[in-house]
Amino acid sequence: MLRNKSLTFKLILFFSTSSILIFSIVLAYSYRYSREIIQTDQEKDARNLALMKVMRIETVLNAVQKVTQSLADHLGNSSCSKEELLTMIRTFLEHNPEIYGSTVAFEPFAYDKKTLYFAPYFHRKGREIEFADLAKESYSYLLWDWYQIPKELLVPQWSEPYYDEGGGNILMTTYSVPIYGKVGGQKRFRGIVTADISLEGLQEIVSSIKILKTGYGFLISKNGTLVTHPSQELIMNETLFGVAEARGDTRLREIARKMIKGESGSIPFWDLVSTKNCWMTYTPIPSTGWSLAILFPMDELMADINRLYRTMIIMAVIGLTLLSVAVIFISGTITRPLRAMAKATGDIANGNLDSALPPVKSRDEVGKMAEGFMIMQKSLKEYIQKLTETTAAKERMESELSIAHEIQMSILPKNFPPFSDRPEFDLYAVIEPAREVGGDFYDFFQIDPTHLCFVMADVSGKGVPASLFMAVTKTLIKATAKTGITPAEILTRVNNELASENEAIMFVTIFCGILNTGTGEILYANAGHNPPLLINKEGKVAYLQKSGGLVLGVMEGISYQVESLSLEAGESLFMYTDGVTEAMNIQKELFSAERLQKELSMLAQRPIQEMVSILMQRIKDFSGEALKSDDITMMVLQYKGKETSD
Amino acid sequence: MKKNFFSIFLFLFLLIPAVLEAEAVHLKKAVFIPQWSPQAQFAGYYVAYEKGLYKKYGLDLTIVPGGPARSPLDYLTWKKADFGSLWLCSALQKRAEGLNLVNIAQVMQKSALMLVAKKGSGIKTIQDLNGKKVGLWRDEFQIQPRALFKKYNVKVKVIPQSFSVNLFLRGGVELASAMWYNEYHTLLNSGLNPEELTPIFFFEHGLNFPEDGIYCLEETLKKDPDRAQAFVRASLEGWLYAFSHTEETLDIIIKFMTLARVPANRVHQHWMLDRMKDLIVNSHNKDSLGRLKEADYQRVAGELKKIGLIKEIPQFKFFYYDRINHAQK
Repeated sequence: MLRNKSLTFKLILFFSTSSILIFSIVLAYSYRYSREIIQTDQEKDARNLALMKVMRIETVLNAVQKVTQSLADHLGNSSCSKEELLTMIRTFLEHNPEIYGSTVAFEPFAYDKKTLYFAPYFHRKGREIEFADLAKESYSYLLWDWYQIPKELLVPQWSEPYYDEGGGNILMTTYSVPIYGKVGGQKRFRGIVTADISLEGLQEIVSSIKILKTGYGFLISKNGTLVTHPSQELIMNETLFGVAEARGDTRLREIARKMIKGESGSIPFWDLVSTKNCWMTYTPIPSTGWSLAILFPMDELMADINRLYRTMIIMAVIGLTLLSVAVIFISGTITRPLRAMAKATGDIANGNLDSALPPVKSRDEVGKMAEGFMIMQKSLKEYIQKLTETTAAKERMESELSIAHEIQMSILPKNFPPFSDRPEFDLYAVIEPAREVGGDFYDFFQIDPTHLCFVMADVSGKGVPASLFMAVTKTLIKATAKTGITPAEILTRVNNELASENEAIMFVTIFCGILNTGTGEILYANAGHNPPLLINKEGKVAYLQKSGGLVLGVMEGISYQVESLSLEAGESLFMYTDGVTEAMNIQKELFSAERLQKELSMLAQRPIQEMVSILMQRIKDFSGEALKSDDITMMVLQYKGKETSD
Repeated sequence: MKKNFFSIFLFLFLLIPAVLEAEAVHLKKAVFIPQWSPQAQFAGYYVAYEKGLYKKYGLDLTIVPGGPARSPLDYLTWKKADFGSLWLCSALQKRAEGLNLVNIAQVMQKSALMLVAKKGSGIKTIQDLNGKKVGLWRDEFQIQPRALFKKYNVKVKVIPQSFSVNLFLRGGVELASAMWYNEYHTLLNSGLNPEELTPIFFFEHGLNFPEDGIYCLEETLKKDPDRAQAFVRASLEGWLYAFSHTEETLDIIIKFMTLARVPANRVHQHWMLDRMKDLIVNSHNKDSLGRLKEADYQRVAGELKKIGLIKEIPQFKFFYYDRINHAQK
């Protein structure tokens, strides 16, 4: 199918598909690679940002941890009065503005033997510092996480974030440090010192994270509770696990588990609210066991590069279009002369050799081809000119040959009956040359009033040389035939004449006879010619005996034997050349001597002219379409006798 | 430091339409108090209320959310409420002490109270509990665990447990108390996977104490048994509606939680509602819905007597008012 399309189409198809392929591969690869680079960079940035934020958070937390720890250490090592303790806590708050509230809570009877519960609490209210007693029956501080967990674990603890309902719904977390006292040299747990801090500061640190347009950070507690998030309704209401359950998202659950286990990492993620594709980097906050995550949306991250590649694709499309136009143009410059050439050669093929070839200026393959065509056209013209000349020459030659034929025919006697004044014999001959000019001839003439010389000959070869040789032979025979000479002598002399200057080594077979018109006796000599047939009065046809005479013109000094026969009145002698017996049909079968004899037997009673005509027709019928290969010549001599003349 | 505050608006919201419509169709007034603030644990009542089932049964009901400040027992004792949701073992103790409480429906058929351990702490069977620190809630929450430890003869160190599971999460105790419909899910949503936990259900250890039931004073019942029956029927219908309309029920629950200014977490409420179905509906015996089986009663009463919380077991026929038997009479 493609092979039927135009060259332009094929070129465009090829160039476009290969260009699209190359463009696509290059663009796809570089797009992918660029994305990876950007992502890697962004990941690194996000990780650094996360680490920086974590460090800032840690700085805040560490400061609180340090002062609280030193208060706990102090309390463990010294006993103090109630007033001293209250002052100490108040001062602790005054000196540490980041701390929102603080209590020193004791184990039952640990403060002194008379006090079951003792837990004085100071907290800020506006600019003031207020006192509250946690050791009320209804509060039972011993059961609260801030007390119980560090007590059971014997290590300082950051509590889960919680809303302080008394202090205007501020999100808080409490750092609790166990107090150890020494009783009899043994370390003993006495109670807990706490420092409540507002998470507002931490929330600000996290919420100040802005990446790209909508990238953000969020913080989860040890339990996976969302502590900060741009969506307010998630804060403290949801754990990441809850979000995962609500969505049936087991992967999110696994990520959240990694986060609360204190692992860090970077993973493809999706926004918790919009479920947009994001990349997330998460880092633990070591002191609390919380985790900070930074999300940046992929589409924003890739916005620039997407824009770039959109532009590049548009450019590629424009480029391809331009390329196609260029291909159309270039293929036009190639195919236009080709098309013109095709038209011109078509004209030439139709015979208009003077059709102008399109001018080609370029020296490329098309130019060379056009040049080739030009040379071809020139050669063709020359050739045809020559051919015309040759044809003219040939025609002239043919007309000359036809003239030669006419001349040849004209030198053969053609008036039948030839001797109307001689009733004692009749003679009829016909010649059908194979070519325009043949090598057969026959002749008859009177030597004297009682002797008729007759000749049947066949010159070797055909055409002009044969006819010339024939003319020479005929003339020589006629010149040689004189009264009293025998046919053998005639042939002997003519042979000597012919052979002496026969450089072309042509030869001629001759049957030559002399009829005594008075007696019907015939003297004859045969120089290699086909034996004639004798037709007697009863219509019997028989070949004459073959005689061993050589053909004329080959060798000098040969003498021929004279032979004789006698014709009764009504008997005939039929002479012919090998064109008769060797006439061929399309099956390459010969007419043959046998057939000749048979045909003649059937025609024996006919007048001689009719006999020859019918026979000629038979031979032509036999040959049919087959090409006539040789001259066909026949001659019949009929002796009628003296009686009829009387 | 965590308390539940209930808005006055809730009362207004609950009361105003009820009052308006009561006048229209001469509904019988009634007050119901569940143990705790609105959550899926009481889905049936809120759904019945919201879907107008109480009105359908001729009641003009007011739901007073319970909580630390409002105990159903107090409200029933002081007749501030007609009906209340109570644990079987709490009610039984009160009856034994002389308060004439009558169970008019045993809603939960199984105990939701459970113990849970982390497999990571090496606890896979009850025998592994020996010498471990166990977080236990107070009072009746300790009856089943202590009975269990006794039954399997394990010695544990009991640590009082607060309302948070953080002590357990941080490793302060190896075994914690949990309600299947509440704290257990909190554990899951704090990042623990079910396969990392060893749950111990009391109903799997012959210690099934059916929990929430509907109670009223004997005199309340006697004064108007029809009202009590109507309340039970409407409530049970509410429960069945809730179980077959999960999302709608969750919407209703969350609406009431928001009104009560209780943090609402839909996933958590969903879990709770699903567990309620497990606890309330006995798929093998549909007739058992809302009924107290004497075997359950005797088991709980027997345990209470064994540990000396009651001296005599109150008679089952006086304690439990089987509405179906009474209806047949």
